[in-house]
Amino acid sequence: MIIDYVGAQEISGSLVVLNNIKGASFEEMVEIRLKNALKRYGRIIQIDGEQVVIQVFEGTHSLSLSNFSTRLTGHPMQISLSPEILGRTFNGAGKPIDSLGEVFALTKRDINGKPMNPVSRIYPRDYINTGISSIDVLATLIRGQKLPIFSGSGMRHNDLAAQIVKQARISAENKDNFAIVFAAMGVKNDVADYFRRSFRKSGVISKTVTFLNLSNDPIVERVLTPRCALTTAEYLAFELNKHVLVVLTDMTSYAEALRELSSSKGEIPGRKGFPGYLYSDLASLYERAGMVKQSSGSVTQIPILTMPNDDITHPIPDLTGYITEGQIVLDKSLAGKGIYPPVSILSSLSRLMKDGIGDNFTRHDHPSLANQLFASYAKVMDVISLASVIGEDELSSIDRKYLKFGRLLESKFLNQAFDENRSIEQSLDFAWLILSTLPKSELDRIDDKLLDLYYRDENKIKQGKAVLNAALNDISKED
Amino acid sequence: MAKENVIFGINGPVVTVKNSKDFSMMELVFVGNFKLAGEVININEKFTTIQVYEETTGLRPGEPVVGTNSTMSVTLGPGIMSNIFDGIQRPLFDIEKQSNDSFIDKAADVSVLSLERVFDVNVIISKGEELLPGQIYATCKETEVIIHKCLVPPNISGKVVKVSKSGKYKVNDTIAVIKNENSNIFNLTLCHKWPIRIPRPVAKRLGANIPLITGQRTLDTLFPIAKGGAAAVPGGFGAGKTMTQHQLAKWCDADIIVYVGCGERGNEMSQVLSEFSELIDPKSGRPMTDRTILIANTSNMPVAAREASIYTGITLAEYYRDMGYDVAMMADSTSRWAEALREISGRLEEMPAEEGFPAYLPSRISEFYERASRSKTLCGLEGSITVIGAVSPQGADFSEPVTQNTKRFVRCFWALDKSLAYARHYPAVNWMTSYSEYFNDLDSWFTKNLGYEFIDYRKKINEILHEEDKLMEIVKLVGADVLPDNQKLVIEIAKVIRVGFLQQNAFHKEDTFVNLEKQKQMMRVILYLNQKAKHLISSSIPISSLIKLGLFEKLTKMKYDIPNNKLEMFNDYIKEIDEKFETIFKKV
Repeated sequence: MIIDYVGAQEISGSLVVLNNIKGASFEEMVEIRLKNALKRYGRIIQIDGEQVVIQVFEGTHSLSLSNFSTRLTGHPMQISLSPEILGRTFNGAGKPIDSLGEVFALTKRDINGKPMNPVSRIYPRDYINTGISSIDVLATLIRGQKLPIFSGSGMRHNDLAAQIVKQARISAENKDNFAIVFAAMGVKNDVADYFRRSFRKSGVISKTVTFLNLSNDPIVERVLTPRCALTTAEYLAFELNKHVLVVLTDMTSYAEALRELSSSKGEIPGRKGFPGYLYSDLASLYERAGMVKQSSGSVTQIPILTMPNDDITHPIPDLTGYITEGQIVLDKSLAGKGIYPPVSILSSLSRLMKDGIGDNFTRHDHPSLANQLFASYAKVMDVISLASVIGEDELSSIDRKYLKFGRLLESKFLNQAFDENRSIEQSLDFAWLILSTLPKSELDRIDDKLLDLYYRDENKIKQGKAVLNAALNDISKED
Repeated sequence: MAKENVIFGINGPVVTVKNSKDFSMMELVFVGNFKLAGEVININEKFTTIQVYEETTGLRPGEPVVGTNSTMSVTLGPGIMSNIFDGIQRPLFDIEKQSNDSFIDKAADVSVLSLERVFDVNVIISKGEELLPGQIYATCKETEVIIHKCLVPPNISGKVVKVSKSGKYKVNDTIAVIKNENSNIFNLTLCHKWPIRIPRPVAKRLGANIPLITGQRTLDTLFPIAKGGAAAVPGGFGAGKTMTQHQLAKWCDADIIVYVGCGERGNEMSQVLSEFSELIDPKSGRPMTDRTILIANTSNMPVAAREASIYTGITLAEYYRDMGYDVAMMADSTSRWAEALREISGRLEEMPAEEGFPAYLPSRISEFYERASRSKTLCGLEGSITVIGAVSPQGADFSEPVTQNTKRFVRCFWALDKSLAYARHYPAVNWMTSYSEYFNDLDSWFTKNLGYEFIDYRKKINEILHEEDKLMEIVKLVGADVLPDNQKLVIEIAKVIRVGFLQQNAFHKEDTFVNLEKQKQMMRVILYLNQKAKHLISSSIPISSLIKLGLFEKLTKMKYDIPNNKLEMFNDYIKEIDEKFETIFKKV
C-alpha cells in the first residue's frame, strides 16, 4: 500500500521534518510531489520514532507546510546502470541531462556502496605512464591508486588532469578497456566545459561518463555526485572489467557542501566548522579505488582540490592526505616562474610508487635516482634560503652548483609542454643529465655501480646534450 | 513474556530504544531484522543508546533490539594466529569465502574461529587436579612456529572432575570439566571469551629492563624502547608512520605481532598481507604471517567498529602474553580511534572539550597504553606487550589534543619530521624532538650485552648531533665557509652520522635490519674518524685535505658495503683511516 503523507511539520534550509510517518527506514529515498505534479527527491537522514527528517535534493524553495505530499520509495538512493551509460551526461543526483532519455537499467545500485574487503584487494603494482616527467619519475601513478592533486586557485590543475587523462598509458595495454568517469562538484560552467572539450579532443568522450553539479546547482546534490560517480566507476571496473580513471573536481566544494548541510542539521562542528565525521566521509569516497581479485578491472582516482588560501594544513587537504596514497602538490611560486606543471617536488609523494618502479617496471636505476633527486633538491632549498641571507656571491662553489642544479631541474625537467608526452626512459635520462651537474661525491644515495653506468662526466655530458637536443627535435617534429 | 524492545530513533551509527530497563551498560546487542552488532553506551530513564558496529542504512523504527546479557567480547582460542579480522573480530577471509564477493555485506554471520579445523591437542592436566585461574590445561600447535597454550579463563578455577585424553579436537570440543567451591560446573573447551574493555589480569608487573630490538639504528641506539613499553610515532601525512610501523613489525624481536589497521587505507592492509606472507622470518624460516595477527578496520568501514578495533587488538595481544610470549602491537593510527570517539560523542550531543574531542579522551588513551607491560602471567611465565601507536596529528601540529595526551602516557616519543621526509631521510625520526625515557632501565642490559662502550658511543653521537644543530643556526645566517676547521669537522661528521648511520634504507637487503653489534661498530668507526681528524686539525692540517681522502664518503656508504655477517671488515676501515691520515701527516 502506498501512502502519501500530506504537508510537513517544519521546513528549514534543505531539511523538512514530518510527523506520524510509519515504516520509514534510515537513508530511504522519498518522493516529494508538489501540487503542479512536479517531483522532487529527498533522503531520510534522521528518525525519532514517528518523526523523520528529510533532506530535499532540489532544495525546499516554494514548499509550504501544506502544498506537497511525500511518498516513501522503500529503498535507499540508487542509480541505474548499464553498459550504455558510457558517453552519457548526468546531473549530480544521477538523472540524465543530455536529452537522450532515461537509462535502461540492467542493474540498480545503492550509491553508498559497500566497503571493500581488505583481503579481496590486490595490492596495486602496475605503473601508469603519464608522460609527465615530474609525476612519472618522482610521484609515479599506479593503477588502482588514489592520487589527489592539491592546487590553489589560479593554477593550471585542470590542464594537468586533462593531460594525465589524455596521456595515461600502461605499456601494451588494450585501449578499448579504458573508461573515464568525470564528476564535477561545484565547479564553474567553463571548467566543466573545458574538461568535456578536452575529452572530445583526445577522443575519449565516448568512453566517458560525466556527472555535473555546477556551482549554481543545489548543494544537497553535490554530496551525492561523487557517490553516483564512484558507484558507476565500480560497476564499470568490477563488472565490466574496465580500467576506470575517475576525476573528481573540486573536493573542496564537496567538503564545504557537507559543512553547510551539517550545520543546517545543527551538528556539533569540529575544526573550522567542518563536521567531526569529515574524515570518515571523505574516506568513504577515496577508499572506493583499487583492484580486487574477483575482477580484472581497476578504479584509479584523481581527485582535485583547491587548498583554501594555499594552506596545506587546512582540514580538507590535511584529511585527504591522510586517506589518499600520496598527493601531487602544485606550487604557486613555480607557477609564477611560468613552469608547467608546477609540481612541488618535495611535498609531492606517491605511496605506492616504491613497489611499482625499478626492475621489471620502469628501470632499475629509478628508485635510487628518485631518492637522490629528492635529497639533492632538499639541499637546493637550504642553499636558496642561505643565499637570501648572505647573497648568491658569497656562496661556496658547491652551493652555487646546487643552485644551478635546482634551476635546471625546474626549467628543463619539471617544465614541459601541455602536449609533450615523454617516455619514462626520456624522463629518467633527463634527470641523470641534470643530476650530473653536481659532483659525483655529492650523490650519496646512489651506489657506485649505478653511478658508473649513468653519471655523466664532462665528455658524457657533451654527448648527452647532443642526445637531448636530438630528442627535443624529434618531439617538436612529431607535433 | 517481557515486552519486546524495539528501535525508536536512528541517527547515523547511533540507535535509541525508548522506555527500556532490560539493557546494561556495554552490553552486546543485536539491532534490527539484519541483526547488526551494537553496544549499549548510554542508559537513562527514557532512552537506551546503542552504537551500531555496521552501516545502519535501511533500519526502521519498530524493528527488534535483542540483548545478549554479555559485554562486547572476543573469542580466544587456537586459529587466531595468521588470521585477519575486522574491528569486532570477524574473520575477513571467511567473509569473503562465504559471500564470494569483494565487498563486505551487512551482518555477515561467520564464526570467529574455524569450527571445522582440527588441532592436535596435548592435554596436560589430570582428574582431581585443582586448576587455578590462567593455568595452562592443554597445548596445541597453532602454526609452525607458535604453540598455543589453552588457559583457564582468569575468572574461573576449580577441581577437574572430567578430562579428555590428548588427541584431535575442534575448537568447541570439551577438554575438561571443572567444579568450583560453590559446585558450579564449567566446561573448558579450546577457547573462551573475554570482554575487550577489561584488561586481562596478571600475577605481577615486572620492570621494563629488556630492550625491544628493532634493527633500526635510530631507534635502537638513540631512542630505545623496552619490552613491555609504549611508544608513540606521531607525524603528518607522508612522514612515514606506516612505513616505520611496517619495518618494526617485520624486524623487531617480539615473538608475536598484532597489527591493527585502525581507520587506515585498504591498500595498506593488502600490502601487509602480501608482504608478510612473502617475507621469510630468518629465525624460523617460515613466513611472517605464521606469527602475525592482523586487525583491519579500514577508514571506509563503520566508525563504531573502528573504536572497538584497538581494544580487540590489545585483548588478543594480552591473551598471547598470558601464554608467555613477547607480543608487539602496532596501532595505526590511534588518532583515527580518537576521532571515532569524537564522532560518536558528537552524535550523542555530549559536551565537547578541546577541538570537539570528548572530555574523557585522556582517560581512554591512558587506559589503553597502560595495558602495555612486561609481566609475570597467572600461569607463572613471563610475557610482555609492547605498544607502538601511530598518531596522525591534524595539520602535522603536535600541539593538538591526541598527540599531547598520548605524550603524557608513553615513555618513548619518536617524532617524525616532515622536512626529513621531504628529503627522503627515512626513518624520518627527528633526533632533536624525539626522546626515550627508558635509558636508565635499559643501560644495564646494554652494558652487559654490548659493553659499556655502546652507551659511551651513543652519548658522543648525541653530543655531535646537538652541536651540529647549534652550528647550523649560524650556518643558516652566514654560510659554512666562515666556520673554523674544527667546527667544519663537526658538520662533516654529523653529516656522516645523519646519512650514514641514522638514515636507513628499508629496501636494501643489508640495511633493512641491522644487528646491535654492527650498530656499535658503525658508531665506533665514525667516532674513530672524528677523533683522528680532530687530532690532525689541531696540528693545523686543513679539513679540505682530509675530505679529499674520500674517507667521509666511504663511511657514509659502509652501511651498504659491510654485510651484517662480516663485521671484521670494520677493522679494515680503522686501518685505512690510520694509513691515510698517517701519509697526510707525514706530507705536512
